[in-house]
Amino acid sequence: MQRNPQLNEKGELQHLLSIEGLPREILLQILDTAESFAGVTEREVKKVPLLRGKSVFNLFFEPSTRTRTTFEIAAKRLSADVINLNITVSSATKGESLLDTVANLSAMHADIFVVRHESSGAPFLIARHVKPHEHVINAGDGRHSHPTQGLLDLFTIRHYKKDFSGLTVAIVGDVLHSRVARSLIHGLTTLGAPEVRVIGPQTLLPAGVEALGVRVFHDMREGLADCDVVVMLRLQNERMRGALLPSAQEYFKHYGLTADKLALAKRDAIVMHPGPMNRGVEIDSTVADGPHSVILPQVTFGIAVRMAVMSIVAGN
Amino acid sequence: MKLPEAERLCEQLAAELKPRIGPKSAMVGLYTGGAWLAERLHPMLGLKTPLGLMDIAFYRDDYAARGLKHDPKRTKIPFDVNGSELLLVDDVLYSGRTVRAAMNELFDYGRPASISLVVLVDRGGRQLPICAQHVGARVEVPAGMRLTLKKNDSARLILALESERAA
Amino acid sequence: MRLHIKNARVVDPASGKDGPGELFVADGKITKELSKPERVIDAKGLVLAPGFIDLAARLREPGYEYKATLESEMDAAVAGGVTSLACPPDTDPPLDEPGLVDMLRRRAKALARARVYPVGALTVKLAGEGLTEMGQLSDAGCVAFSQANAPLADTQVLWRALQYAATFGYPVWLRAEDAWLAKAGVAHDGEIATRLGLPGIPAFAETIALATILELVRATGARVHICRLSSAGAVDLMRRAKEEKLPVTCDVGVHHAHLCDLDLGYFDPNCRLEPPLRSQRDRDALARALAEGVVDCLCSDHTPVDEDGKHLPFSQAEPGATGLELLLPLTLKWGQGQKLSLAATLARITSEPARVLGISAGRLAAGAPADLVIFDPAAHFTVAAASLRSQGKNTPFLGYELTGRVHCTIVDGKVVYES
Repeated sequence: MQRNPQLNEKGELQHLLSIEGLPREILLQILDTAESFAGVTEREVKKVPLLRGKSVFNLFFEPSTRTRTTFEIAAKRLSADVINLNITVSSATKGESLLDTVANLSAMHADIFVVRHESSGAPFLIARHVKPHEHVINAGDGRHSHPTQGLLDLFTIRHYKKDFSGLTVAIVGDVLHSRVARSLIHGLTTLGAPEVRVIGPQTLLPAGVEALGVRVFHDMREGLADCDVVVMLRLQNERMRGALLPSAQEYFKHYGLTADKLALAKRDAIVMHPGPMNRGVEIDSTVADGPHSVILPQVTFGIAVRMAVMSIVAGN
Repeated sequence: MKLPEAERLCEQLAAELKPRIGPKSAMVGLYTGGAWLAERLHPMLGLKTPLGLMDIAFYRDDYAARGLKHDPKRTKIPFDVNGSELLLVDDVLYSGRTVRAAMNELFDYGRPASISLVVLVDRGGRQLPICAQHVGARVEVPAGMRLTLKKNDSARLILALESERAA
Repeated sequence: MRLHIKNARVVDPASGKDGPGELFVADGKITKELSKPERVIDAKGLVLAPGFIDLAARLREPGYEYKATLESEMDAAVAGGVTSLACPPDTDPPLDEPGLVDMLRRRAKALARARVYPVGALTVKLAGEGLTEMGQLSDAGCVAFSQANAPLADTQVLWRALQYAATFGYPVWLRAEDAWLAKAGVAHDGEIATRLGLPGIPAFAETIALATILELVRATGARVHICRLSSAGAVDLMRRAKEEKLPVTCDVGVHHAHLCDLDLGYFDPNCRLEPPLRSQRDRDALARALAEGVVDCLCSDHTPVDEDGKHLPFSQAEPGATGLELLLPLTLKWGQGQKLSLAATLARITSEPARVLGISAGRLAAGAPADLVIFDPAAHFTVAAASLRSQGKNTPFLGYELTGRVHCTIVDGKVVYES
């Protein structure tokens, strides 16, 4: 079997493509390093000189302002130069192939490629074709993986709950299409969270999901009982058109997080959401803005986590 | 070779520093050995400002060759660096690069009025124009060896020699 | 060419013969004896068998010449020991006009390598709406009618097409896949696709379509060959259909007899195939069913794809693998895995596909056409792009060591390949 393409021969992180397959030690290294970066953002001078002279190319084949901005901020806090490329699907199909685009950018001395693409596996294809000193960070590929989001979710959970060993975590919503869910599930199982649950209708849960190490619930009240962490996934409008759900209202009735459903979880449960939220669809405003919600801190932690990932891969 | 006793050097430095402490004095210790030493010295000197602890991982000059050191700790400077008379504390002064990185990092927090370097041991071998204002002892270290500060089972500080390769 | 092949281990799956012997060829046929041969081939340590018959090999002409040419693919065929092949109708334009079929047959005949049996399109442009002129296409040389990998969602059209074909006794070759259930899917819907975040095609997309086809066979009496089975469920349906004595046969692509969805690894685009590689359980059921005879033949499903077509993210990569030159070693590997005799193993690529095609090849008997292959069943080699004659270098087996090398291929009594 092939070596995990994310690790070099010494077992060090060379690319960050997915959480699946990364050893526990590397996940912890990233989280611990992110912890040290968290202090930097509280200073006046919010930069450290670590990546000075290095170029980070944001290669976004799928549009995204939020994720791209946090990667840009993270790179700049490391004193790196940032170049943003938004490549819409139509211009890619008209002109260059994915690999041609990467080869051209490589000729302009890129050090790190941050890639978001609609096709699962695209960052793996890129990582197979970059030069040895170039590093690829996956900012989301199709429904497969969003490792920096998974890591910042793990960082958030660790921040509020200290360790994973006794936790019950519930992930609610469209797991079928969610790269965020897959990444978080792999991270939680690797770091030893004893119970990871997915909650959703049959239409939104992928085949063989139990094999990822999760318990499946179709009833949200049952699934939320005694949870320490509740992660709400975003529901996209396309799901209604694809005959997966009848309407947003009906979805909210069964799977929306309201205060009374949240009351079934532990008293000190935290509520997370990768954003952007659809208020009134997957989550009630009172919960989103309420005392259990850690949705805003997630965003701050995201910058520290991305700084950690870039510093670690660029040094290997 | 016989190494000096770390605890005795520590008391010696405290005695040397005590008369120099003023209202603007503050202390920052460098992880890991410098932090232990600073944790000893700080209460002995009765400083009013809380102790700062610093990890220089993000300011090192060898990132390109070595990558990011594993497990960097979080720098915490719980006082205003601007206008302070800083005592920068480290265990062993060698090439001077650690101190260079520490000063760069300190200046990202603010503009100190002065920085004095306090080290338990100066082993020579400077590669940069850096010197310490307060030195516990000067020790010559044999080639291929490293001088480190350790804590024994009863949490007493001791100096130890180990081979360079033991990382 | 008057040939004498001596000292061979002669294996004839049709008769079950497997032993030392010799063979004579004259006027393009196998003869009982021969005086004054023009050439003597010493096949010491080698196997002499009927030339292989491959039920699916894409030659990429007309239309896809940038991927491969008739010449390169016919070279690949005979290098792989294939002496007869059926080519699917999904050329560009598809084989729905007698003129195109005629041209293809002439070009193939002129190259004088393997025999080419075109399979005509079942519907015009393979669009699944109007019937093709099966009569005229049959006269032009089509041996059967198929949709290749193009969907035929309208069951009304499928029914009428089978009725029409049954009227004239034309065989229909179909891959069983429900167009709606397979829409946008690129991998087997299961644990691996879930991990990799790839849209899945559930196994029941095949079994539902197959059940529909079998019902229509019962209703129309059409002779149907099911192409490229992929699931254990489909095997069960075929077993019952044969017990019922329905006029059906089926094949499995040689890659599906060995690989499963685990082999996708880190999104290997060479494993992007139609139908998808399914689970281990499905793969094992297919391998056993071939041994049992529930599945009649192995075929290469040869589909050369150029580099640009594979250097893409998995979902966007073009499906297909090159296979003509790997048919022999992969068939031998399968046979060994099932602990079958060499004769029983080779039957799957000789006498059985001959039966499905309704041609008199695939057997060693006096008077039969001299389509032969001489190969070394113990020769090891590593699969490398440079040594493949096909222009398609896209195989999941790149870098693997396989066993079974063709030394000499004879078509119509003439040596068309020698290593």
